[in-house]
Amino acid sequence: MIRIGLIINPIAGMGGRVGLKGTDGLADQARALGALPLAPDKAARALAPLAGDTDIRILAPPGDMGAGVALDCGMKVDTLDMISKEITAGRDTIDAAKQLKSLNLDLLLFAGGDGTARDLCSAVGEDLPVLGIPAGVKIHSPVFARTPETAGRLAMDFVRGKVKGLCHREVLDIDEDIYREGRVQTRLYGYLKVPEADRVQSRKAGSPVGEAAAQNLIALDYIDAMEKDKIYLIGSGTTTRPVMENLGLAHSLLGVDLVKNRELLLKDATEKQILGITHGEDIGIFITPIGGQGYLFGRGNHQISPEILQRAGKENIRVGATLEKIGSLRGQPFLVDTGDPSTDRMLSGYTRVITGYRQEMIYPIL
Amino acid sequence: MDLIDRSAKVRKNFHQAKWDEPIIFELSTPGERGINVPEAEPEIREAVGDLGIPASMQRKTPAALPEIAQPRVLRHYMRLSQQTLGADVNIEIGQGTCTVKYSPKINEVLARQPQITELHPLQPEETVQGMMEIFYKTDCFLREISGLDRFTFQPGGGSQGILTMASVVYNYFAQKGEADQRDEIITTVYSHPSDAAAPAVKGYKIIHIGPDKDGYPDFEAFKAAVGPRTAGFFVANPEDTGVYNPRVKEFTDLVHEHGGLCGYDQANANGLLGVTRTKEAGFDLCFFNLHKTFSTPHGCGGPACGATGAVKKLEPFLPGPFINEVKKEDGTVGYAFDRSYTDEPRSVGKIRSWYGVAPVVLKAYAWIMSLGAEGLYETAKVAVLNNNYMFKKLMEIPCVDAPYIPGKQRVEQVRYTIEKLTQDTGITSGDIQRRMMDFGMHYWTSHHPYHIAEPITLEPTETPSREDLDEYINTLKHVFQEAYDNPEIIKTAPHQSVCHQVDSSPSDDPAQWAITWRSYLKKAKKPA
Repeated sequence: MIRIGLIINPIAGMGGRVGLKGTDGLADQARALGALPLAPDKAARALAPLAGDTDIRILAPPGDMGAGVALDCGMKVDTLDMISKEITAGRDTIDAAKQLKSLNLDLLLFAGGDGTARDLCSAVGEDLPVLGIPAGVKIHSPVFARTPETAGRLAMDFVRGKVKGLCHREVLDIDEDIYREGRVQTRLYGYLKVPEADRVQSRKAGSPVGEAAAQNLIALDYIDAMEKDKIYLIGSGTTTRPVMENLGLAHSLLGVDLVKNRELLLKDATEKQILGITHGEDIGIFITPIGGQGYLFGRGNHQISPEILQRAGKENIRVGATLEKIGSLRGQPFLVDTGDPSTDRMLSGYTRVITGYRQEMIYPIL
Repeated sequence: MDLIDRSAKVRKNFHQAKWDEPIIFELSTPGERGINVPEAEPEIREAVGDLGIPASMQRKTPAALPEIAQPRVLRHYMRLSQQTLGADVNIEIGQGTCTVKYSPKINEVLARQPQITELHPLQPEETVQGMMEIFYKTDCFLREISGLDRFTFQPGGGSQGILTMASVVYNYFAQKGEADQRDEIITTVYSHPSDAAAPAVKGYKIIHIGPDKDGYPDFEAFKAAVGPRTAGFFVANPEDTGVYNPRVKEFTDLVHEHGGLCGYDQANANGLLGVTRTKEAGFDLCFFNLHKTFSTPHGCGGPACGATGAVKKLEPFLPGPFINEVKKEDGTVGYAFDRSYTDEPRSVGKIRSWYGVAPVVLKAYAWIMSLGAEGLYETAKVAVLNNNYMFKKLMEIPCVDAPYIPGKQRVEQVRYTIEKLTQDTGITSGDIQRRMMDFGMHYWTSHHPYHIAEPITLEPTETPSREDLDEYINTLKHVFQEAYDNPEIIKTAPHQSVCHQVDSSPSDDPAQWAITWRSYLKKAKKPA
């Protein structure tokens, strides 16, 4: 028996149709403006490819949050012990996800937007394979399939073992208060572990290495170039994380870790700590762009402040990214928003991105 | 009686053969023979003496080969041939960048003559003058086509051609004492991945350049890449997108200003014959895949040729020996091996045994001779015309687009995108690829990683007629419409092909590979 968890954020996407820049905390307002729930229908579209398989059991919270939709699709369903509500909030998603986490799932599907992904991330983190059905107003996090149908098919391929790879993808969300004022500010909230789609198609020639292997090669290249007595600031991200793993060092998930002579100096350092420790020292900075967005600085890594960047100098700031990740930017340059125009100017221009072992790409920073 | 309606030009009733044919080793019956080797005639025995193989060279146990009679062998391979979608049965447009064109059968007849098949590379020169002439003249043709000064036919394919170029670059700088300093090869993301992979095998660090907004290699990024560490610049032009970089000379000039060398990936030169030349674009090295542009045909990873050429100053670095035309004492023209560079340290040495795959060189020679200079130019023009026709027709389909240089034509191939179709229906380009098999058609997406979303790469070459092109286009249209009307049939495709949906994940797992019969026996689990 295959066990798939399902969480639908029924209010996801409602804000978009009535001109709100998201629905988080605004469901009542959206409903008053005449918005109708969209996410249950999208979830049903995703479930369609799975519905015919009698081996699959759906575990879900009641009603529009999952079980009701799965039952309508004719699937076998175990309903979680929760109160069914018409208007839900983030905490309902979190409660359901926490219950599902302990139920030995093969995969957790959720329908929603970036806000829902954020709730999932806080509840299950990287403990469980998760896949997003796009249903929200904001879909910036690369944890969602392209369409509800592709989510369903990828889910099917994953639980049937046709897709085996899992990759860590960023959970990004906009600060909605700032967004409604007309400014965009994305933040990195963590990572989810999602099935690696589309890697096995089109085998005309030898297949490239998987993303995790490519990230490991990038890390090995960076480690090879590490100099004695230099202090290295290792930024957050699944591309930079293998540097710490290969050195056998503990590391923070979203923070900046300091390394000297292959030893950990400080985990999850603040700007003040970095400024103190690196005073008068040679420093190197290793970072990766936020997937699908391309931000290098100014989104979630404010610890690496303009002063630290100026101290390092552009030649000591190295970017690592797989060719796949760069391809996903569709030609958009890397972005920086350090808050200091002169630092932004210093960083702009072309940089040599490490894309593999002894492999680089020249890529623009705006 | 009514005429059969063929107006739709879509083979809706296609169905490929599926023979459920065992592996040839499973067909073996001990003692069964396909051929009995006759005893040597008395005259032969008298002339050459004892024919027995010395005891020290004889096997202790017979080779583990299948023992099968001729009719069963024939049936086996005929059945397998029906399970492929080879170039002689389908309208071969869907394998963009591969330049799969018609290989005239007369050339196969020539290559299978005993005068060719019974040649041996150790024969005395005076007994193989004809074959040497063909090698020499094919070299001369490629010199004329490219403007470079000498070609070697040793590389057995395009990637070996690139490896040869990388090896020449390395030896050139080694001789100048700069090999350690110059450790980078620059290439572009839309050049063939082997332009990165083969120099990496040689030990080079690879620097990729992405496209600018028009799809040309980003010149500003290129300027940031070129420097004292640059050994070479390996690039295709047009790239896989079919977009031709008209500023390529500025790129090669810049590399030369910094002391580097330039290698042109002309694996596919089908749109360029008689139009542009390697030399004038500023390249020092290039290679042509004889199995692509020169029709010889593709060898399924087997006999092929990435004929690699160089300018005069790099000639000593090429793998030798060369063949020269010489004037004999009696005044007639003959052909002789030129080993002047073979044994000196500058040469990269052997890339492959002997001189290259002789039947492939012969077929390329015959193809070029049958067309002449004007014919080669016409080949390029028709290949481009076919591509333009297809481009126009496909761009009229609402879900098809081609990124970069809007409104401008490509050269001989195009990388399209059907991202809109995917957004509308959830059907991906990979899904369409499988469905096209149900109509007996190849369809290819792109190398990885995808820099263009939901890509298709199509290259008609000069081979297909307008009717063939229309059939391919109509089949694509039919499948795109199915994506909107009946997506399920595409998701579950292929239905009419030899294999239905295949779990390709074992190809990522070496424990599940069996490339030989022996490893199959070792790894396969016996049924309970």
